[in-house]
Amino acid sequence: MLCDLPAHELTRLLKARQVSALEILEDSLKRIDQVDGRPGTLTPGEITAEDQCKVHAFITLTAERARAQAQAVDDKIAAGEDPGALAGAPVTIKDIFTVAGVPSTAASRILANFIAPYSATPVVRMEQAGALVLGKVNLDEFTYGSSTESSAFQPSTRNPWNTERVPGGSSGGSAAAVAAGEGALSLGTDTAGSIRQPAAFCGVVGMKPTYGRVSRYGLIAFGSSLDCPGPLARNVRDAAQMLQVIAGRDRRDSTSANRPVEDYLAGLEGGVKGLRIGLSPDYFRITFPDPANGEYIQQPLPQEIEAAVLRAAQVYASLGAEIVEDVPMPNTRYGIPAYFVISRVEAASNLHRYDGVKYGYRTPKPQTDLRQLYRASRAEGFGRQPKLRILMGMYVSAAQYSAQYYQRALRVRTLIRSDFEQAFDSANPRRIDLLLTPTTPTTAFPMGAVYGDSVLMQYADQLTVPANHAGTPGLSIPAGLAADGLPLGIQLLGADFSEALLLRAARAYEAATASQPSEGYKKK
Amino acid sequence: MTDHIDPQTFERLVQLAALELDLAEAEYLRRELNNQLNVIDEMAAIPLRGDEPLAARGVPYPPENSPPLRGDDWQPDAPPADILAQAPQVDDGYIIVPDIPHTDLE
Repeated sequence: MLCDLPAHELTRLLKARQVSALEILEDSLKRIDQVDGRPGTLTPGEITAEDQCKVHAFITLTAERARAQAQAVDDKIAAGEDPGALAGAPVTIKDIFTVAGVPSTAASRILANFIAPYSATPVVRMEQAGALVLGKVNLDEFTYGSSTESSAFQPSTRNPWNTERVPGGSSGGSAAAVAAGEGALSLGTDTAGSIRQPAAFCGVVGMKPTYGRVSRYGLIAFGSSLDCPGPLARNVRDAAQMLQVIAGRDRRDSTSANRPVEDYLAGLEGGVKGLRIGLSPDYFRITFPDPANGEYIQQPLPQEIEAAVLRAAQVYASLGAEIVEDVPMPNTRYGIPAYFVISRVEAASNLHRYDGVKYGYRTPKPQTDLRQLYRASRAEGFGRQPKLRILMGMYVSAAQYSAQYYQRALRVRTLIRSDFEQAFDSANPRRIDLLLTPTTPTTAFPMGAVYGDSVLMQYADQLTVPANHAGTPGLSIPAGLAADGLPLGIQLLGADFSEALLLRAARAYEAATASQPSEGYKKK
Repeated sequence: MTDHIDPQTFERLVQLAALELDLAEAEYLRRELNNQLNVIDEMAAIPLRGDEPLAARGVPYPPENSPPLRGDDWQPDAPPADILAQAPQVDDGYIIVPDIPHTDLE
């Protein structure tokens, strides 16, 4: 089916007039009809046996809107005009971005009735490039989770590889929609790993660009110093093409970086010869609190996850890269504790705007005064995860605790950043160009296995969150299947604004492993 | 494990957060807050010199990387009617809310 082809191949066929945008769109809609099941809703009733076999990526399908876009693309081609770099590519949008005239819910009851009056900048840029927006896909409520289960819109998304497993999160709908062939591309966000972790769980490519590389205008804010919009795709070239379209300065986002956007496609096939690719022991073990007694446990990663990374190292070595072992990243383990503080303070601040007055949910019960209206609207509108984050943000930023928690976390963030600065420092004789790590400590876990334990859920991001603290870019690419039949992901991390290099290295691995499996790298 | 947040502190936080909670929800949230604070306490073991800068963000913004200030010029935005249409209760262009608590000055 057309919907299984890469986005860049669809655009090529379209420009060669071998297929129309309307045909591509109808094929995608057919796939959605076959695999997605009913969309997420606030009133799901019972989750049936049939529900448990479907993907449920969508909250809102915008088929008619997409048909108008497809018609416009076809008209441009008929008129001999350039239809754009993403012409005819069926895309989905994580429902944390605004799309004008379309419900923009953040997967929360409090925004369920919100019709955005404007579109997010990355969405505008994709639409201007000829993409066909199929609709808005599910996520953890306000992105607060790593499994998509906390969405107020149920049934929540399931992993297309095995619908008893979670798709990861918070961009779970995005990753699942791409993996299931519902849309070739998806626009996600990554605050602690929310693009890379679901990409790994669903066997697709997911990239968190450098903070500021992609505008946050129209992104419903969570952790404003951490949030990064980025692409999910089934292959590296598509991810590069999508990033090319959405990256760049935006006058509506004062944190968007002013520097020119590199050409991510020109050097994509340039290989890795001569690159120094690092392995760090700090990314091969996980440290987490025992749920029973709170004692810290440090343990190596599952053998097959380590093996996937070592296989990739061997592939890179055979392609001419130099593998640098024992890169020190000593502050990796503090990523989660610092994130628990910083992200909650920012979340609490960002969530104060939801008050039942200007837009969104308002309690239907009569209220005697304005403060009570705030409390009742927020109590009924927010789910448990947003409430938890607001409360934590209030606590750790309170005047009497701020030095102990918030300010300390910001200093720890400096340490995490310095790990990356030293690793990529050109004056360091052991400097590396890229760091190769696992993306996640596990494969996709069963639905319901972790949800509710907010600490254990957060530790799913242990290997991805350091890059969010540092602001540096990273991507996850598929690296085969584990014994449980689920995808494994490997992660490449780079220096500020090294997206072109990351994509080139990811493409080299993808090209080298497309046909045959390889032996593992033997640590020296 | 330490119970950082006792019921009284928790009640104060709920007020500050402009929330109201039923018992089951309050119990769950207070437990999770305390569990998270035990994780956060791991930071106390990190040897800090104390002069580390506070990192409000990761990537530095040197002048060559920072967007220039916007010009003081009018730019079109979403139509006011579309924005106002999102308000739960509106009358003649005004957003309606219940009584705003106030104290009369002597």
